[in-house]
Amino acid sequence: MTVQASRKARAVGAALLTLGTVAALAACSSGSNSSNTGTPASTGAGTSNASSTASGSGGTYNFWDPYPQYNATSDWTKLVESCGTRSGVTIKRTGYDTTALTTQALLAAQQGNAPDILLVDNPVVSTLAKAGALTTTAQNGLSTGEIATNILGAGVINGSTYGVPIGANTLALYYNPKILSQAGVNPASITSWSTLTAALAKVKAIGKTGITFSGINTEEGSFQFLPWFWGSGANLTNIDSPQAVAALTLWTTWLKDGYAPNSVIQDTQTTAWQEFQTGNVAFAENGTWQKATAAQMGAKVIQIPAENGGSAPVPTGGEFFTIPVQKDSSRYATSAKIVQCMSATDNIVKTDNTLNYIAPTKAGQQAQESADSSLSDWISAVGVAKARTGDNLGTKYPLISQQLWTAVQKAESGAATPSAALSAAQSAAAAAISKG
Amino acid sequence: MTRSTESEAGAVNAAPAKRRQAKKNKAQQRKAQLAAWGFIAPVVIYLAAAYAYPLYRNIDLSIHSYTVTSFVTGNAPFAGFAEYTGIFKNATFAAALLNTTIFVFVSIAFQFAIGLALAVFFAKRFRLNTLLRALFLVPWLLPLLVSASTWSWMLNSDSGIVNAFLKAVGAAPIDWLTSPTWSLIAVLIANIWIGIPFNLVIMYSGLQSIPDDIFEAASIDGAGGWQRFWRITFPLLRPVSAITLLLGFVYTLKVFDIIWIMTRGGPATSSTTLAIWSYQLSFGSFLPDFSSAAAVGNVLIVVAFVFALVYIRARHRLETT
Repeated sequence: MTVQASRKARAVGAALLTLGTVAALAACSSGSNSSNTGTPASTGAGTSNASSTASGSGGTYNFWDPYPQYNATSDWTKLVESCGTRSGVTIKRTGYDTTALTTQALLAAQQGNAPDILLVDNPVVSTLAKAGALTTTAQNGLSTGEIATNILGAGVINGSTYGVPIGANTLALYYNPKILSQAGVNPASITSWSTLTAALAKVKAIGKTGITFSGINTEEGSFQFLPWFWGSGANLTNIDSPQAVAALTLWTTWLKDGYAPNSVIQDTQTTAWQEFQTGNVAFAENGTWQKATAAQMGAKVIQIPAENGGSAPVPTGGEFFTIPVQKDSSRYATSAKIVQCMSATDNIVKTDNTLNYIAPTKAGQQAQESADSSLSDWISAVGVAKARTGDNLGTKYPLISQQLWTAVQKAESGAATPSAALSAAQSAAAAAISKG
Repeated sequence: MTRSTESEAGAVNAAPAKRRQAKKNKAQQRKAQLAAWGFIAPVVIYLAAAYAYPLYRNIDLSIHSYTVTSFVTGNAPFAGFAEYTGIFKNATFAAALLNTTIFVFVSIAFQFAIGLALAVFFAKRFRLNTLLRALFLVPWLLPLLVSASTWSWMLNSDSGIVNAFLKAVGAAPIDWLTSPTWSLIAVLIANIWIGIPFNLVIMYSGLQSIPDDIFEAASIDGAGGWQRFWRITFPLLRPVSAITLLLGFVYTLKVFDIIWIMTRGGPATSSTTLAIWSYQLSFGSFLPDFSSAAAVGNVLIVVAFVFALVYIRARHRLETT
């Protein structure tokens, strides 16, 4: 009897304890909002607090960015802090890893403790906007007037703008002048796919590797494939079009003919660049961020050619300043003031030079070019660049991109022909879009 | 008579005292029980916070249809088993399941066989035994990031040392990580290499617990080396083997880092296991699909749980016989 009774008591006790713990945990996670971030947990209590901040008597504003490499003494942090001081508030800056930042931002939005200002990779803007985590420029008062429309594109969804770009980078074709002169290739002659392929054949004939790129099965793979995809005239809403097949066939033929090393299937943009740096590769498709190391090894740059001549549209990279939804909307004005300060021409030129970005405004680009004339190639590349989530694709882009890089992988590795891989990708993307 | 009256009187007097004593006992018991709860509380809190709640959240995620919007607003519609039927119907599921099965069983077969062979080898005393045994532990001690990156360099199609060796002996180079037929084999090789030390250590200590006189008796009876292994070592190692296999199974089922670093599950889905797929669904693109990812994760948990039950049953049968 007693044994049974005590066993029962123990079971009940354990159940109660478990419940209590779970409840305590839940309380912790919702209670941490106000203490952690300075965001008022309850609107009533917070308003007075925030209205005093807006009037300039201080307060803490939280700012998240994907630059964990910059510490508290870096120029970047100093700029961020000085913009806070100018707006009469203190800024608490937190750097996250790029992929972690998306998840963190979604979790914070879920728990109502999003940062006041969030700097995120441009394709993520549409995801966060769809989640209802971001305010529009109409709500927060950010001005976008001077910014080039093609760079702003990633932040525009259904006619509303959800942020301003910090800068833009993109892809171009680096080449090794030594190898090209050995192989007898004039870089100016490369204006289309056929002239490029002919150049690769000449490079192979002298025993060097033609080209490296990143054909990996992550977003990097899609990012690198897009200039060829768009350069064929293909459209992301129809990824099994004959133009798309032509673009994928171009890549697979390079692999088959030995113009590109087999390792591009698993190369990231960094490892592909390392191969180029060995000095045995004639061309490398890579980004603005490599221009310093390219200059060191004497590499030059040309635009990626479109199929039948001219420059191919290239995808834009780079982050956007966004202002996440707060319970207390009176904070937006100060947040917008801080963002306006960080993205002012003087500041952004300095920042973009450090981050290897091209400024998003004409004035900024001119300031950059007058300081460093070698940037002119990149400025014109950014001029023809397109946002991946543009064309009103928004959150459809990640679903399409995932199928696109899978198709690229299948074709590169010989698991399927380009047309079979792309038609499978098109139906999988359509299914994923209709589900979401 | 007198005695009985005395005892009766004593009994009468003792009754309230006994009651008092009982009350005191009860109070003490309650205090002891409270103290017991105090001692058990940290474990219970830990279990609830680190195991029960995450598991509950994972199940909750998988039976609701979460999009990024409903993840933030928290009003995801109840979906029942729709996410599960969704992943079962997905073309990646069949590939991932097949890859996971091959990966787990081939890994364990090789890890176990090689680990056992090495354990038997090291059970004999010889010079440099300890040093060699220590060297075999290296794969276990290295961070997985280091070993996986090293394997990935070694198996690189163009500049890897393995292909350089193949070329030197006149064989055709192999696209280890970039061909759909070889990528799973490449990650298998790396995973087997990493798992051998674990099997070696446990089987070696199991061997140490077998008394020497059994072997002596067997060799006096004329048993050869082969017979001694199959008739004595192997049967006596059965309990140790069972737990090694179970642990190996659970570890291998959820292997993620080696595959992610070496092939990212590619090319296409040729080395995608369920663990890799779950990660790809939730963190692989800009648009996380938490519900499907949680469903894949739960499938993995169920599979591991079923095998744990099989182990417990087998163990029970072993103990009763």
